[in-house]
Amino acid sequence: MPANNKKDKRLVPHNANISVMSNSNWPLWEIFIRSKNGLAHKHAGSLHATDAKMAIENARDVYTRRMEGVSIWVVRSADIVASSPADKDFLYEPANDKVYRHPTFYEIPPEVGHM
Amino acid sequence: MTNQAYYTYLLRLADDNLILGQRLSEWCGHGPILEEDIALSNIALDYIGQSTNIYKQLASLSNDGRDEDAIALTRMESEYVNALMLELPNGDYAVTIARQYYYSSFYLLYLDHLKTSSDVFLSGFAEKSIKEVKYHLQHATDWMLRLGDGTPESHSRLQHAVNGLWPYLGELFNDDELDVEAANEGWGTSREALRTAWTDRLNAVFAEAGLTVPSEAWYHSGGRKGRHTEHMGFLLAEMQFLQRAFPGAKW
Amino acid sequence: MENQALLERFQNYVDAENKIEAKDWMPDGYRKTLVRQIAQHAHSEVVGMLPEGNWITRAPSLRRKTILISKVQDEAGHGLYLYSACETLGVDRDTLIEELLSGKAKYSSIFNYPTVSWADIGAIGWLVDGAAIVNQVSLQRTSYGPYSRAMVRICKEESFHQRQGYEIMIALAKNGNEAQKKMAQEAFNRWWWPSLMMFGPSDAASAHSGQNMAWKIKRHGNDELRQKFVDMTVPQAEYLGLTIPDKDLKWNEATGHYDFGEIDWTEFNEVVKGNGPCNKQRLQTRNKAHDEGAWVREAAMAYARKQQERQAVSAA
Repeated sequence: MPANNKKDKRLVPHNANISVMSNSNWPLWEIFIRSKNGLAHKHAGSLHATDAKMAIENARDVYTRRMEGVSIWVVRSADIVASSPADKDFLYEPANDKVYRHPTFYEIPPEVGHM
Repeated sequence: MTNQAYYTYLLRLADDNLILGQRLSEWCGHGPILEEDIALSNIALDYIGQSTNIYKQLASLSNDGRDEDAIALTRMESEYVNALMLELPNGDYAVTIARQYYYSSFYLLYLDHLKTSSDVFLSGFAEKSIKEVKYHLQHATDWMLRLGDGTPESHSRLQHAVNGLWPYLGELFNDDELDVEAANEGWGTSREALRTAWTDRLNAVFAEAGLTVPSEAWYHSGGRKGRHTEHMGFLLAEMQFLQRAFPGAKW
Repeated sequence: MENQALLERFQNYVDAENKIEAKDWMPDGYRKTLVRQIAQHAHSEVVGMLPEGNWITRAPSLRRKTILISKVQDEAGHGLYLYSACETLGVDRDTLIEELLSGKAKYSSIFNYPTVSWADIGAIGWLVDGAAIVNQVSLQRTSYGPYSRAMVRICKEESFHQRQGYEIMIALAKNGNEAQKKMAQEAFNRWWWPSLMMFGPSDAASAHSGQNMAWKIKRHGNDELRQKFVDMTVPQAEYLGLTIPDKDLKWNEATGHYDFGEIDWTEFNEVVKGNGPCNKQRLQTRNKAHDEGAWVREAAMAYARKQQERQAVSAA
């Protein structure tokens, strides 16, 4: 759990149910942009829109003003399911015990060359 | 075609876009929400960009030492030949959207015809501008539906807006002698010929948005001859202020 | 009471130049400071659209008009990026905007000065954006990931902002006529000191500096950044032939920096308190846009709900 201060009413969960909010608050969307073919979509940022169509159009104006994209994905922030760092050690102790997963764990004689 | 006819034809196109771009740019920083502020600014930039391309072409045609800024920003009011609808104040967001819908749905058809112009500049201009105007029309159509079919307040505001602008539409579709000449000679296009396709689209959008199509046939005109509304003088006073206050200065 | 061990591990983690992400554990104070600072930064971008927007319809050439619209539009975008960064901390944008509109939240005082001539547009781009860039380049290394990423994007996009301002100043102060030169000098006189104030109070007097530096929210002190800005800007002013409105300004051979005069913090504090030339006007303008946009935002939301219901019905 993030250390939200419960006394601060501004701090609401990220996945707050938008439909119960006031009439004019537009939901938040996450925007992913493929900058050119051959590359994966990358998280560009977020914005507000009333529906998916508007989110794509707004993303075009907000995040591709300088020709940064060939394809746009949008997803409502509330629909994103994220892993939760429930165990506080998660952050501070990365899985560095499985060193056999890293190429530098293996010794290749220099005369073999680059591998 | 005479040089004068061609020049005036281009000037109308340039003035339409400049004056609408000038109006839209007034929204910059004052839009209903940040995302929409950015979208409207983009559209304003497109219109001003298109007008700049034409003014540059006009500057090279007239070859009298006037550059694009001198043409765009130093004429007398009676020398501007834009359609009156485009110089009207922005009003509320419904008026802005209604005008955007009316103009971009007309302009897209117009450019689509102009693509086949025998004049290289005009066909190239149309080809390039169509991509932008398609987006303007999509933006305007989306908002026509949102406002028309949104809340009772937005519906009534939009109905009021489409009614109020309706008498300015005739001017967009009116073929005067210059339009007829340009269409006959194959370097321009008839405006009147676009009306059926334009009306079909309009009827569909208005039906989906729940709007009543106004029926009045009479319309305002005069913009093409340099006879403007009272609003134009103030628009020009702002737009021309620095050029007028410091004649000949470079910026 | 926060666990002392957690706080220490957090500090060690930050000390090792790691970034903190939205769902990571963080001290309450760190979260609150970030919300305040990022929101202030976002508000500044949005209010900052107004003084420059004031000249869009009067820009002196088509090229200048186009540049100015795209610059002010960028500021809307930057406000949006920063609000988004703030939203990752669990505060929604509408709440933040309410705080701006009610006058509860602060924004950069520099935008409470008026743009009275076209030269102000040059001076803002050159000096105000120049000062902002010095600060923002430093903030690209801030310890909070979403804030840092927003800064990287903003710095990339803003690289043209300062240059376009300086270009306006060249046209006026170097290549312009006498009236334009005068206009440029007057604008420079008006914006020089407020630009220096943008870096905030001296570190010794700043309430938050110490802890923010330790958490690496802030990466450089106010005085250090201000000095960097002065050192950068003085030669640029000299190139333009402008006189710097500070009789104490001189090159210090020993330190390798420019010495400059005492900043009038009384003025700074008055503007922060709301007594600047445009404080009320700026907030009124923002409130007007927000209020007049309310029915538009409601309509779009109502339409989206209807569409959703229609889809649900047709799917059933």
